[in-house]
Amino acid sequence: MTGTILVSGPHAHGAISVSRTMALVMLALLPATLFGVCIYGWPALNLFLVTVGSAIIAEAGCLKLAGKPVSPYLKDGSAALTGWLLAMTLPPWAPWWIGVTGSLIAIVIAKQVFGGIGQNLFNPAMVARVALLITFPLEMTTFVIPKPLLSSDAPGFLQGLAISFGSGFPVDAVSSASTLGHVKTEIGRHVPLDTALAPVFDKLTSFLGYMPGSLGETSALLIVLGGAYLLFRRIITWHIPVAMIVSLLGLATLFHWIGPETYPGPLVHLLSGATVLGAFFIATDLVTSPVTPRGQLLFGAGCGALVFVIRSWAGYPEGMAFAIMLMNALTPLIDHYLRPRVYGRDRKGEPLVYEQERESAQ
Amino acid sequence: MKLFKISGGVHPDDCKALTAKSAIETLPLPALLHIPLQQHIGSPAAPVVRRGDQVLKGQLLAHSQGMISAPVHAPTSGRVMGVGNYPAHHASGLSVRTITLKPDGKDTWVSSEAIPCDPFKLDPEEIATRVAAAGIVGMGGATFPSAVKLNLRTRYTLKTLVINGAECEPYLTCDDRLMQEHTAEVIDGIRIMAHALGVEKIIIGIENNKPDAQLAMETEALNYPEVSIARLPTRYPMGSEKHLVQTLTGLETPARGLTADIGVVVHNVATALAVHDALRHGRPLLSRVVTVSGGAVREPKNLRVLIGTPVDDLLSYCGGFTSTPARLISGGPMMGQILPSTRVPVVKGSNGVLALTGKEMASDTPMPCIRCASCVRACPCGLVPLEMANFARAGDLEGSVGFGLMDCIACGSCAYVCPSNIPLVQYFNYAKGELTARQRTEHKQLETKRLAELRSDRIEKQKQAKREALAKRKQAAKAQQQEAAEAEA
Repeated sequence: MTGTILVSGPHAHGAISVSRTMALVMLALLPATLFGVCIYGWPALNLFLVTVGSAIIAEAGCLKLAGKPVSPYLKDGSAALTGWLLAMTLPPWAPWWIGVTGSLIAIVIAKQVFGGIGQNLFNPAMVARVALLITFPLEMTTFVIPKPLLSSDAPGFLQGLAISFGSGFPVDAVSSASTLGHVKTEIGRHVPLDTALAPVFDKLTSFLGYMPGSLGETSALLIVLGGAYLLFRRIITWHIPVAMIVSLLGLATLFHWIGPETYPGPLVHLLSGATVLGAFFIATDLVTSPVTPRGQLLFGAGCGALVFVIRSWAGYPEGMAFAIMLMNALTPLIDHYLRPRVYGRDRKGEPLVYEQERESAQ
Repeated sequence: MKLFKISGGVHPDDCKALTAKSAIETLPLPALLHIPLQQHIGSPAAPVVRRGDQVLKGQLLAHSQGMISAPVHAPTSGRVMGVGNYPAHHASGLSVRTITLKPDGKDTWVSSEAIPCDPFKLDPEEIATRVAAAGIVGMGGATFPSAVKLNLRTRYTLKTLVINGAECEPYLTCDDRLMQEHTAEVIDGIRIMAHALGVEKIIIGIENNKPDAQLAMETEALNYPEVSIARLPTRYPMGSEKHLVQTLTGLETPARGLTADIGVVVHNVATALAVHDALRHGRPLLSRVVTVSGGAVREPKNLRVLIGTPVDDLLSYCGGFTSTPARLISGGPMMGQILPSTRVPVVKGSNGVLALTGKEMASDTPMPCIRCASCVRACPCGLVPLEMANFARAGDLEGSVGFGLMDCIACGSCAYVCPSNIPLVQYFNYAKGELTARQRTEHKQLETKRLAELRSDRIEKQKQAKREALAKRKQAAKAQQQEAAEAEA
């Protein structure tokens, strides 16, 4: 295989490349990101730029250390996308070093140590998010009430710089818990679900995303639009998002029906936290999800179920990152066992036998 | 007509507009013809002419030998310049036994032995024999001797003859033009083959990107109720025999089996025309239609070319190159082979000569796999190409086989859609070749071991025989001594 001349076909190639794939994913993320930047203001933009920038720098450094060609690998856009996805899951007013630390963890530890693009077992953005959440629980769970860019009570540009790069979170008054965090705390205090939900959950607001939450996770509407675009461009298939949402909503509906006082209903699960972002953009990460349709269905269903389990019974209000990482670990196993049926063979891999032949064989 | 879905496949730009409207032109007689003795799957033909012999058009140059083989005939009259080695129409660039013929320009036919008659009054065996004698092989590119396939009726219960007019490879339009320009002859050839096979039903599959051919064939088929035309969706690899049959019947050919296992035999459009010529006019296979196309060719054309014509002649007839082609290919861009030079001759299986520009090939440096599963979705055989390539690259051929290596038809759909430009088919070909080599070595070792064991057995037996003979002699001597002693006493 050392020859430079390729002798095998095909001698044509579709207009497809890794950088195109990554660029389309970024394009799909753009509306939700812009929305996040708009409603959370300058600090969100600062955090976003710092996170993406440091991801790219970290990638370049690693490639140089590994002796790989820097420019072609950087141009594939995977590092920028990892940084982008990570930024979307961070609290919008988090200080700059959260973004930088996250990007370093994502690129250096979760991606390059495994061998670079395509080799990582776990979704780099989720590894970083989980590491940050465990290490810096305060910074990672302090959310702000939307302060739209250029509105009167929003921080100005300089103030934004101060929030991101200076003393950090300035005013306690603007901080708020996310819907899921609030519900978790209140239920922990034995407050009935209705009462707990009332101040923080409104269907329409949650759908549109004008609420406290991570930088790019809040607007279910815009994320679903982005996801639909990815489906349309055939970057992802429907299997993972649908399986994931169906399993999460199925479990949520079941338990809400059993214990309406303690278990939030399916809409809360769907429209709060990272459900939609996770289903369309994170669980569908090409590298870390199974490659066959059946495998993807199982993977998605597993993610959905784990999200529900973690949200309902574990210590964290949000379980998306954990759930996806746990299923990432199962991906090689799923790919090993759930293979497509080969043409001309049955599921066991034996050549097909038709009735007529069987009769004549007997 | 009800069609069934096949899984996978891709939609490459078909680029057929370059030649779809160009009527077939006959290439002028070339200065020299190089006719390889192996233009088919099976054993090479054995030459019956020698250097200096004067031959007539259609005269036998080499006869078939063995069960699976095909003869070759003189494409025109002239003098045999030699029987030697000449670069083959093959990516390897290796030489094969080839008869070189210098045309005398008269193009005189040999007097035909087989008297043309109504083929429908002939026995199926006789038709197969004549097809074999005419040197007809699968002209879609597979080059399997057609007569062998016509004889399948003896071993299988056949119901349907499927004619492959899908021509799913981009650029190629030779079958498209044949169906439009020789509609009646093609249909006649098809009906003769159906008669030979003893089947009642004939389906001609034509992709929807050839509406003119569909219409022409449909109009002609109106005269024959047993012939129907299927309008196939345009999707590569629709022309893969097994997938075409699945599209038409909904049945998958069992792994390692033939389409005959499900009662279907598939032949190509150009083969049908050759059968018509052989049976109606007693003419062996001497020429074929070749599409000369690609962005680097000045005037792309469809040409009727004598077997053995150097590819050079085809290209210069088409005005040569507009720019140095990035790749010269025999066949289509998806499964075609690289041609090492333009000296090589056209053979029975050459359906296209393509000179592609770098832009058309759109190949790029391979990057690591991102597991995007595009290849899994594109694979028409339900394989996991990315895993097969991973295992092949790591040298774990068994692992590669586990993900379906031996079921791969090398259609190239996976590599076509790979965003990382990984040469997947290259890996598979390497792995298949390596596996064959290993099996051969293993077989050789087993055989050596068996022979060695036989030898030691034989030697052991000889020793045993010697020992026994010695013992017998000793006994006999003892008995004699005893007798003598007794006698003395």
